[in-house]
Amino acid sequence: MQVPAYVEYEKATSIEHALALLARFGPEARILAGGHSLIPMMKLRIAQPEALVDINGLSALSYVRVTDGELRIGALTRHAQLLDALVAGQHFAILHDAERVIADPVVRNWGTVGGSLCQADPSEDLSAAFAALKASMIIQGPGGSRMVPAREFHTGPYQTVVAPGELLTEIKIAIRPGGGSAYQKVGRRVGDWPVGAAGAAIWLVGDTIADAGIGLTAVGARHFAAAEAEEFLRGAPATEASLRRAGEIAAEHCHPSSDQRGPADYKRHLASELTTRALRRAVRRAQGQEA
Amino acid sequence: MQITMTVNGTEYSREVEARLLLIHFLRDQLGLTGSHWGCDTSNCGACVVWLDETPVKSCTVLAVMADGHRVRTVEGLEHYGGLDPVQQGFAECHGLQCGFCTPGMMLTARWLLDHNPDPSAEQIREAISGQTCRCTGYENIVRSIRWAAEHA
Repeated sequence: MQVPAYVEYEKATSIEHALALLARFGPEARILAGGHSLIPMMKLRIAQPEALVDINGLSALSYVRVTDGELRIGALTRHAQLLDALVAGQHFAILHDAERVIADPVVRNWGTVGGSLCQADPSEDLSAAFAALKASMIIQGPGGSRMVPAREFHTGPYQTVVAPGELLTEIKIAIRPGGGSAYQKVGRRVGDWPVGAAGAAIWLVGDTIADAGIGLTAVGARHFAAAEAEEFLRGAPATEASLRRAGEIAAEHCHPSSDQRGPADYKRHLASELTTRALRRAVRRAQGQEA
Repeated sequence: MQITMTVNGTEYSREVEARLLLIHFLRDQLGLTGSHWGCDTSNCGACVVWLDETPVKSCTVLAVMADGHRVRTVEGLEHYGGLDPVQQGFAECHGLQCGFCTPGMMLTARWLLDHNPDPSAEQIREAISGQTCRCTGYENIVRSIRWAAEHA
């Protein structure tokens, strides 16, 4: 029987209250959102926070909407909510591609977008999707709010820039013309963590790639991104040869480890192939040839 | 801490530790042993209950998180003294053998049919994909849910 260790618990009634509780409990307090990463870690005693600040009552942090040319996702948005939000899929199909393969429908009912990001598992899917989209994270603390690019959000496995006393509140993504995006994942079975996965976002001007974003997860990519492959694609024609080469470059620059999910060379192969497949689909979507 | 929740329409108040999991609260403190405690890792889905209007895995929810909310367990499926069509479907179509996964399966099925009264076999399989059955090979579970859809 797995039971968490003794822990203090308070329900936050507002963002300000949550920040006040974090300040009161100190650095060993943790935010409790869906709890679908934190509670299993607590049950295994891998995580042993002294206090939990439950933010599930903060409905103000639960939304998916477009304002000022940006898609904004509240940190407490459940995975199922993001998957159901037409506006998210309409602008960034990659988010629905990824959500469909995150855990299972019942887990998606309660697990949250912000919780997944703050858990910062090196195999987490949305981290790659938001890296590909070059999203920004809004973090609130006692001194106000700050914005951090997705690629600077994670500082290592299970580590982020969110400091003790701070709270991730929103993820936002700029909507730019000519865009298309997609996510490709290979797992051992339905609902599992990826063996490898790649997300791609493409912005076309005519048949030229004006800008590209590539996110990788579970394969040891720095900041969940493939910056060298993106650099190669910028200004390149949107041809099969370009997309193939970008996949190869992405694979050359990642550092997968061999584990129970597969050997490193297989994961490197996946990084290449899945990057190319995601790019291909992103291009077709940018060209309006595929939903 | 003191928590109050409404389970299957009845309000309960209890003093609990914050670390108590919802599944253990329901089974050990309220005696509602219909919800099963399975893998303990949010994989198998035997512990699925509704939290307000949503199926969740109650081995991964703290009881205190349900404070002030409504919970529905398999004991709350029957109504007006009769079985829910989902329960009838599982009986008619041999949707269970050992019965361990059945309460969770039925609660997810009820939620699915409330949102999609005429689901395809594929939609049913997707809906229950976070729940594990080691007996039936799922075929009879899908038939049971279809039966419930056709006999609503």
